[in-house]
Amino acid sequence: MDLLNAFIALSNYVLIPGIAYGSQLALGALGVTLVYGILRFSNFAHGDTMAMGTMATILVTWLFQSMGLSLGFLPTALLALPFGIGFAILLLLGTDRVVYKFYREQKAKPVILVIVSLGVTFIYNGITRFIIGADDQNFLDGERFIMSARDFKALTGLKEGLAFKTTQGITIVTAIIVVALLFWFLNKTRAGKSMRAYSDNEDLALLSGINPERVVMITWIIVAALATIAGTLYGLDKSFKPFTYFQLLLPIFAAAIVGGLGSPVGAIAGGFVIAFSEVTITYAWKKVLGYVMPEGLEPDGLVQLMSTDYKFAVSFVILLIVLLIKPTGLFKGKSV
Amino acid sequence: MNQTVKNTILFAIIALMIIYTGFAQSWNSALLIVAMGLISSIMALGVNLQWGFAGLFNVGIMGFVALGGLAAVLVSMPPTEGAWTTGGFAIIGALLLGAGTVVAAVMLMKRMAPGIARTLAVIAVLVVGFFVFRALLDPAVQAVEAINPAQSGYLGGLGLPVLISWPVGGLFAAGAAWLIGKTALGLRSDYLAIATLGIAEIIIAVLKNEDWMSRGVKNVIGLPRPVPYEIDLQNSASFVERAAGFGFDPVEASTLWVKLLYIALFAVVLLILLWMSQRALHSPWGRMLRAIRDNEVAAEAMGKDVTARHLQVFILGSAICGIAGAMMTTMDSQLTPGTYQPLRFTFLIWVMVIVGGSGNNFGAILGGFLIWFLWVQVEPMGLWLMNLITAGMSEGSALKAHLIESAAHMRLLTMGIVLLLVLRFSPRGLIPER
Repeated sequence: MDLLNAFIALSNYVLIPGIAYGSQLALGALGVTLVYGILRFSNFAHGDTMAMGTMATILVTWLFQSMGLSLGFLPTALLALPFGIGFAILLLLGTDRVVYKFYREQKAKPVILVIVSLGVTFIYNGITRFIIGADDQNFLDGERFIMSARDFKALTGLKEGLAFKTTQGITIVTAIIVVALLFWFLNKTRAGKSMRAYSDNEDLALLSGINPERVVMITWIIVAALATIAGTLYGLDKSFKPFTYFQLLLPIFAAAIVGGLGSPVGAIAGGFVIAFSEVTITYAWKKVLGYVMPEGLEPDGLVQLMSTDYKFAVSFVILLIVLLIKPTGLFKGKSV
Repeated sequence: MNQTVKNTILFAIIALMIIYTGFAQSWNSALLIVAMGLISSIMALGVNLQWGFAGLFNVGIMGFVALGGLAAVLVSMPPTEGAWTTGGFAIIGALLLGAGTVVAAVMLMKRMAPGIARTLAVIAVLVVGFFVFRALLDPAVQAVEAINPAQSGYLGGLGLPVLISWPVGGLFAAGAAWLIGKTALGLRSDYLAIATLGIAEIIIAVLKNEDWMSRGVKNVIGLPRPVPYEIDLQNSASFVERAAGFGFDPVEASTLWVKLLYIALFAVVLLILLWMSQRALHSPWGRMLRAIRDNEVAAEAMGKDVTARHLQVFILGSAICGIAGAMMTTMDSQLTPGTYQPLRFTFLIWVMVIVGGSGNNFGAILGGFLIWFLWVQVEPMGLWLMNLITAGMSEGSALKAHLIESAAHMRLLTMGIVLLLVLRFSPRGLIPER
């Protein structure tokens, strides 16, 4: 029995990666859930919006790197992030003007808007590949680790190392700041309150003089910021590849639905539920159990419940279970 | 101009475009477009059944197509020597046990009174069942995958004629659709979309990783064919003589003849399915489906069983996609799970249905041919355009190289623009529902 080492191993392989991944999913799911709450359709283009925003950030990062600008031990991408967000805002507002507005005025059925968002997905995906290509792009610089496994071992004298990547630290800190800002905006400002009112009851909101176009515009701006931040954090932490961002759609939607579509708190909770179930079910528990189990009873195999390739299956099964037990999600979402 | 004339003209335009391809590029590529156009049309028919008739939003077509492809492997490949005795039966046993565990858990859910006791019992059954399942499955899988891994390392198929796999592919897809439909159709519409998107990814993940079943990403190649091999034709004296009679050299004639045979087979399937879909559309059943689609509440008030009809049409449409998947794998004579991508196998089919005209079977077929033609031809067109744009730039400039290189990505962009334009200016498609 060696609980301390077991806990360190658990933190290293499960807790920290889970929290970082969960934060990225939560930011993505917040975007999906806001579009669903205000514009009332499931936005399939969200993954590719993330890819577009991240692509803009990467291009500006490369520009800064070539100019010699940097943030010291932090990645230069953070400096480029505002430009990426600006690009994503222009992109989404432009898309809304050219594409979505027409259907909103027609009061088209939500499922038509979903199909329209598929068309937007195609176009975004094509543009992303057109500009930056379909391959992996690396744009991470600065210090790689806040705490590397070797330093940790030297510091504490424990057998297990604890590595804490800079990107994971940045992800967690940024997510906390962004979520705090978002909730402050939704709960305290006039514009945020009008958004919530519009989401709760469209007709009443219109009657009380809320301008729907303004609400929609603010929503797209927030969604653009959230998508770009989520995409950049994911790209820093793992790597940027347009196709992966399209695939991220599945865990992001799972997170938003598990939490309850249209509910921001639910999106955050859903993000962590999905992330932790993916990580714990595909993690090989041999090491942790080896410390916890009594002498002689250590497991022989990897004690991996499922191979990592089935992580989509995990998020999907969690989604199904939640839907069958609580059809509107953990935090009462809405339905069209 | 009445509807029939307009439709005939639309089909004639596509035929002309394909014939032009034959003259301008090569007859081989023209016939390939026709063959894949037929397969795409069948997939579009299946999706049209679900979306156009019943308003079900299925974005898991890729999964059903892949299941059809799996059927082609399992039916037509020869069985691997010794695989069944070393581990095959154990694998089947383990899978049955896994299914039994799930059924037992569901039964417990239904039989026991709600409460902590039920939750604990269900969890206990699932956990114990899972570990016993893994304990049985893992050694058997290792034994099977150890048999000559470079060439087989999987159970192999039944060694039956590959044509049998087409209906079997339909059955596989129908079975999967039943499972999904049972769980997800009672839920809201957009949840069905996410559920099908997820299931498709899971099916592909299973195909990629379960090497004992279809060799995973190592791919199964060299599936038996329903038509003669080109090389046999070239060696046959009578065929060479006949080809010479038409003024063809034997190599080209053999490739064209093989494609023509495939086209004939596919056309037969398409015509049968089209006839059945037309009959379904104009039957009381078809009218009921459209009534449900247009107003679910009213149809339910009239005593129609909405969930049961949805399940029925979901299974039928998915089965058609499975048949098309088996046909495609048969023509490729290989199963390559790595090539299944949602943009190509799910959303492209959706573009076909929407552009062609949802709710109209002929529209689905028109969309299938038109969009497939564009999908194939946009790349050369994009390259031509890029060459035109970059003609003035200096040789060897980085921008010019990048632009020409990225012409390959024009496809997705074009498909998106076509979809949005049709949705905006002709939302009912080229051949609207009547």
